[in-house]
Amino acid sequence: MAEEGPFTDISGKPISLECQNYTPFCREFTVSSPKVSLLKVMGYTCSVWLLAYAVFFLTENTTVLSSAIMVTLVGMILHIHFVKVDQETLLIIGSLGIQLSSLYASGRESTTFIEMSKIKDIVINEAIYMQSIIYYLCILIKDPSEPDGVASVVPLFQSSKPRLNCLVRVYKSCQEIIAQSR
Amino acid sequence: MVLKIFFPKCCNTADSGLLVGRWIPGQDSAVVLAVIHYPFIPGQVKKYLTQMRSQTKVDLTVLGSWSMPKDGQEGMDSFLKDLSTIFPHSRWLQLSRESGKRAFTCRVVQENGKPAAKKDGDDNNDDDDDKDKIIFVHYDQRKVMLSQLHPVQEQKGSEEESTELRTMFQTVAQSEPLFFHDMYDEGPLKLTHWQSEGREASIIVELVKQASVPVCIVLTWLLSVWHWLCSFRIFHVWPVQFISSKLSTCVQTGYRADHFQTVFSTRKATTHMEFMRKANIFVSFLVDIALGLLLISWLYRENRISQLANTLVPAADHVAKELQELLEWLMGAPAGLKMNRALDQVLGRFFLYHIHLWISYIRLMSPFIEMILWYVGLTACLGLTFALSVLSDIVALLTFHIYCFYVYGARLYYLKIYGLSSLWRLFRGKKWNVLRQRVDSCSYDLDQLFIGTLLFTILLFLLPTTALYYLVFTLLRLVVVMFQGLIHLSVDFINSFPLFAMGLRLCRPYRVAEGVKFQVLSEEPGTPLHLRMEINPLKFSSVLQCYRTPTYSCYPKDSWVALCKKLFIGELVYPWRQKSTKTD
Repeated sequence: MAEEGPFTDISGKPISLECQNYTPFCREFTVSSPKVSLLKVMGYTCSVWLLAYAVFFLTENTTVLSSAIMVTLVGMILHIHFVKVDQETLLIIGSLGIQLSSLYASGRESTTFIEMSKIKDIVINEAIYMQSIIYYLCILIKDPSEPDGVASVVPLFQSSKPRLNCLVRVYKSCQEIIAQSR
Repeated sequence: MVLKIFFPKCCNTADSGLLVGRWIPGQDSAVVLAVIHYPFIPGQVKKYLTQMRSQTKVDLTVLGSWSMPKDGQEGMDSFLKDLSTIFPHSRWLQLSRESGKRAFTCRVVQENGKPAAKKDGDDNNDDDDDKDKIIFVHYDQRKVMLSQLHPVQEQKGSEEESTELRTMFQTVAQSEPLFFHDMYDEGPLKLTHWQSEGREASIIVELVKQASVPVCIVLTWLLSVWHWLCSFRIFHVWPVQFISSKLSTCVQTGYRADHFQTVFSTRKATTHMEFMRKANIFVSFLVDIALGLLLISWLYRENRISQLANTLVPAADHVAKELQELLEWLMGAPAGLKMNRALDQVLGRFFLYHIHLWISYIRLMSPFIEMILWYVGLTACLGLTFALSVLSDIVALLTFHIYCFYVYGARLYYLKIYGLSSLWRLFRGKKWNVLRQRVDSCSYDLDQLFIGTLLFTILLFLLPTTALYYLVFTLLRLVVVMFQGLIHLSVDFINSFPLFAMGLRLCRPYRVAEGVKFQVLSEEPGTPLHLRMEINPLKFSSVLQCYRTPTYSCYPKDSWVALCKKLFIGELVYPWRQKSTKTD
């Protein structure tokens, strides 16, 4: 299924939503955010190096320069390994469960799988984020002790934060599958 | 409902035959464990299954048939279809693979003999709801069998609470005896399932296994002797007990004895957590000993002990000299502060006398120090933790004068603060009611007020002098406490770090599973959905949290604010935790 309409995240950056229907009860949604922009990386690197050069100019100590290079390199590695998420995938398999995975820019992948028997529902929730109100999709986990209670909430698409129109599409198809498997 | 079939990867290319496995109760899913090949005698299959059922305590049944097209076996399909009449069942699965296609086709036959869900691609005469209702989950039998799902559920009885995946993992793990049947074994039945590449045992491993039981018995006996020695009354007299609870070597000995008791208990570890605890403690113990031996080999070479002794005595001397100079500086006008001269002189002389005592003590000790160090160094063969604990104790003994100064300063300061606070209450016409634990108002006489105010003034003006001494000695003490705390932390790290679990996570990530992850395999149209199940290993931080050996550092610590408050009001701080103050 091709994407329909341009989707943006809450700060207005373009993101893309890709839906893949394997079977009527198995769908995969991939939200990909734009890659690390080269301009930004250059900007940060240049600013750190200029700062280091200014310090070097004052102190005439060459370790400042080498440490600046190290700082930018290590910072970049940490950023792409732990912070920057390229793709977030939601794989929903009817009567089996829901799998969330996020692919970091360095290629690291972290995955969690939630069994269908633990899932109560999928809902769209509101939250106050800085000065605005945003919507997010979340999975409600059943409380094993009381049947109507919610033990915890697992938010979806945490790093890409898509807007409501994108969330509604995911929500509708997820609800279809959940309704089938009940 | 969707039918889920867990299918082992190793059976993908098996010859045609019968599927052996288990229907998971309450769920619409089946776990395929093995394939019994054609030709077989149905009676023997039934006998084998009952035998296996009693061994594995898993409800093994014949799930259905499996057909793999091969040259010269054209009539096989119809034969396998007829098999469903021989074996009792509620549902009969007919899996078949076609040559040239990667996906399987599946047909489910209900008990009454009529096909319930057809998935053949060409005859789709059933309604659309029944279409695509089968999921194949391909799993790696070996990994699933060996892995342990977290969080660990210890009790076996709670099967109805456990979820589908947990039941599936349990089923595969319990049917381990089924996998002992070797492919090349001569027997009436031929099976395909995961099998080890041979159980060739090394002779050393076997010898160690044989030897471990008597060794454990001997060590347990030695431990009981140790406990018997510890239970002597002389060790429970007040000063001995107090000192031994403060010496980190004694504390470490106690921990080691506890650990040994866990590891060398002759009872076999039944649960997973118990086994992991034993293994963790044993591996940390081995690493500890190895590090200790390394230290010894470094220490007892090239006469390093005497070098150390020769530097230690002058260092202690030097510290005493520096302290003397510091005191002399404090007795004058330190940093331009004007102190109360009389009190300053008294305090300074008192401390100087102490240092004098200390120096003579060091002089007395100096000829024996090398010998003491030589013998003390031998404790390193008990492990690095022992060497570190001994080092911590030596530091504590060598800086005893600093500790004394600190205690005197703190006590004096504490008295001053205490007196000032109560006199401040008197100053405002209040007093502390002990019975009600609160401040009450109170009318004082004129004499009481006069004396109280006078004392308050005197204490207030003498406070800066004591506060200065207190401050300087507290700083000195804090340096020592920090050093000791660092040693304690490293000892604790070696004691509690779950090395075995970490190694398992590094080398065999599937052994500690947090959950599973699925991957959709490339599918061909008209076939059921195929998923690959992989094991999602536990995060390193969770491994650490789950498996660390509990030691004293696991208990909640004093916060920094509490420490600062203690320092401000002049309570004593120690590197070790005080259990007695907590209780009362």
